[in-house]
Formats: sequence, structure tokens, C-alpha cells
Amino acid sequence: MASPPDRKYTKEHEWVKLDGDVGTVGITDYAQDQLGDIVFVDMPVSGTAVTALEKFGEIESVKAVSELFAPVSGEVVERNEGLEGSPQWVNDDPYGDGWMIRVRLSNAREVDALMSSDDYEEFLRTAAE
Amino acid sequence: MAHETGTLLHTPLYDEHVRLGARMVPFAGWEMPVQYTGVIEEHNAVRQRAGMFDVSHMGRFEVHGQDAARFLGYICTWDMARLAPGEGHYAAACNEAGGILDDVYVFSLDPERYLIVVNASNAPKMKAWMEGHIANFNARLVDRYESTAMIAVQGPEAIERMGGDFVRSIKPRHCAETDWRGHRLFASRTGYTGEDGLELVIGAEAAPDLWRELLEAEITPVGLGARDTLRLEAALLLYGNDMDEETNPLEVGLDWVVTFDDGADFLGRTALQHIAKAGVERTLVCLRALDRGVMRHGCAIVSGGQNVGIVTSGTFSPTLGTSIGMGFVPRAMAEGTRIDVDVRGRVLPAEIVPRPFYKRPKKK
Repeated sequence: MASPPDRKYTKEHEWVKLDGDVGTVGITDYAQDQLGDIVFVDMPVSGTAVTALEKFGEIESVKAVSELFAPVSGEVVERNEGLEGSPQWVNDDPYGDGWMIRVRLSNAREVDALMSSDDYEEFLRTAAE
Repeated sequence: MAHETGTLLHTPLYDEHVRLGARMVPFAGWEMPVQYTGVIEEHNAVRQRAGMFDVSHMGRFEVHGQDAARFLGYICTWDMARLAPGEGHYAAACNEAGGILDDVYVFSLDPERYLIVVNASNAPKMKAWMEGHIANFNARLVDRYESTAMIAVQGPEAIERMGGDFVRSIKPRHCAETDWRGHRLFASRTGYTGEDGLELVIGAEAAPDLWRELLEAEITPVGLGARDTLRLEAALLLYGNDMDEETNPLEVGLDWVVTFDDGADFLGRTALQHIAKAGVERTLVCLRALDRGVMRHGCAIVSGGQNVGIVTSGTFSPTLGTSIGMGFVPRAMAEGTRIDVDVRGRVLPAEIVPRPFYKRPKKK
């Protein structure tokens, strides 16, 4: 699955898609594929402050647990409650229904430091070598 | 032949796994398939139809000679002299202190020829240990590790999909040998999934052909990921997780494989008899989560604000749709007791439940 060009990416395989000063955050197709069947996503509630490149939650696949890192800093304004009953949405639709949290950005310039979809795909290719 | 690449060993079926697009991971010194399509899909294939596993990484040794049964009875907690040809039994192998060196399956092929299957992670240790003890017996150890491959075929449709009189003739926990296209094929009605099925041992050079024939019978390849969820649902122990040399068979529910009654001497007997008399201090129980979250190996078990035990195995159960695990708790804690599992600081409420989590439906 190609990385959508309408968002930015981290080296930890998260994405953020901006709508005004609110960024929607999820993990990439590569990340969900590596994790395998996802069975639980532990995410912060609305009002929680998250910090760029710091842990904001955990994701459990059948096999293992992994940490989730925030691409941007700000306050959580919404989390994807649908994932509570249907964590497999992260596998099925990582760039759509599998989103995790929405964050009101405290510093919009942080986004500039993230990768474009082309940069991210190049990053994946380099990492594979 | 198993051959080494870098530091990881390859089974004779390695190329088959790669061809099927499996994700390969290091496991106990081997490069093994962890999944082909997905853990839950593969898990369900075994529960509902039939799946097959490359278990060639498990150690296989034959014991030949007049004293073969006596030797195996001495190194195992269950008296292997009781096995008639064509029968198999599970046991622990213990050190003098009663600590578990490995859990093993022993099969009697004929009165002077036995097969012992040991864990991959323990195979080098067990080989050296058996070699050390066999010198006192009129028996010899024959290494079948590299010359053979091992495939487990498991699931309610396993026997039917394999077909043939040979396969159907083998009763549960029994074994037999036959000729398969000029190669010796060993089969036992055993497994590690809680399902019916067979475990096959075949010459390494014939293994890929057998694997492909099973694929053609629409038996789903299953990786180590689902092997773990399947065995944990069936509450089968995993060496290194649920037991080790600091663990004795009596505290992990393996008292049924310890034969004190017939007077046969075996390694660890004296120590285990003392433990049996004094009673175990802790016991391995089954745990079922009462909320979302996944318990894992090493999580603390908490009761009344106190750490009372530890989770030895934990995962997400595809069959139950919740997290399950096994862990040590004080002996007095009974089924139905509510406890908490500390999942990296997050409290996951759980309950001690009867063993196992999953039992296959009785055949009509």
C-alpha cells in the first residue's frame, strides 16, 4: 500500500494528517504489517498532553506489544473509540478507519521536521537494505 | 541436512517457507516462520480445519539397545519401561534437585528402539546430558536431528485430509512407522495445539515433497505465532516460559507424569518425593483477563496491593477474544479468585480459571 501524500511521517512509522491546527495520528501500513494482528490499542483520553517523539500509547498485536510515539506535540481532542471494539481496523485500514488520536497542535512548525510520503518510502527502502 | 547460515540454522523446509512468503524470525538458534498470512487466521485454520507446522527445530534422538527403556525411565520422571511398542508418553527430565531440564515425549518403536523428542532450545544441553548418563547403560544414543525433518499436522480435519489406512490406524498417543516413497516415515497421534492430529518425522531429503503433498491436501501452513496461541489455549506448557531448571514438575501440574508408585529409580526422584511430602509453595494456574489489554510473560500478579506471583505465559486468545495466560500464585489461591495483572503499570483485572482454556469438542 502506497503511503498517502496528504500527510507526514515519522521514523517510528506513525503518520499525522493536518486539518487546520488539528492533526490526526495513526501508524503506517508498514507498521501494521510488521506488528501483525492487532488486538488492543491503549490510547490517551481527551485532554491529555502529548509531546512530539515521546510515547503516547501502546499497541498490542497477538505476538507483542509496541510503543506509539507522537509525531507532534499538543492536546488530545479525540481518540478513535471504534478501535476499542475493532482494533483490527488498524490492520485493515491504517490510513483511514484505523486512525488513533486527534491532537490540537501546540507548535505547528514541528510538522516541518517530519518526512513527506516520498521521503518515508525512501526511508523504508534504505532501512530494508 | 540442517545447515548454518551466519549463526542461524535452517530446517530442511526453509525454502518452502520462503516460497510461501513466510515471515522468518530467529527462534532458539533457528530461522523459523513466525507467520505466513496472519496469526489469527492460521490459529483459526487449526481450530476449524487443519494446519501444519514445521517443527524440525525440535531435537530428535533415538535410543537403541537392550537397556533403552531402562535408560529413558532413569532420565524421565515417567517410567518409560511401561511403554509397549507403538505407545508414547510425555514426561519431564529433571536434575537431582527435581528441577526441570526439559519436557520430552518418548515413543517406543520396538522393545530396543525408542524415539525421544526434546525442545529446540534445550537440544544441545539434552544431548550432552543424555550422553553423560547413557554410558552406564547397555544402550546408545542415535542423533536423528539433522537427518530428519518433523511436521505437525493438527486440527479437526487433520486425519481426514491426510487420509490413508496408515494415518487412521494410529490411536491417540500411539505411534507407527511406514515407508513413504522409499523413506521411513514416523507418525504419532500427538501434538501441541489441543487438537487431534499427527506429528510426522521424515528423512530430511523427502521432507519438501511431503510438505507439498500436505499443502495439496489443503492443509494450511502455520507459523510459530499461532503455535504459541494454540498451545496456550490448550494450557500446554512452554519450556523457558512456564518452567525451567528452577521449577519442579509438581508445581506446574505435571504430577501426572511423575511415577513414584512403581519404585523405579529416576533422576530427581528423592528430591521430588521430599517436595511432594512437604507440598508445593506455589502453583501454576490459568488466568483470564476480565478487561481489554494483554498479559505477557514477566508481568506481576497482584492481590490486595501485594505482588503474589508472576505471569509465565500470556497472549491474546483468538478463540476467547480476550487475553489469557498462565502464572505462578501461592498454593492457597483457588479457581475463581480475582487478581490483578500489572501490565507495565496498567492494572488488568483477571481471574483464576479452570485448566485448560480450550478443549476440543467431543467427536460425535
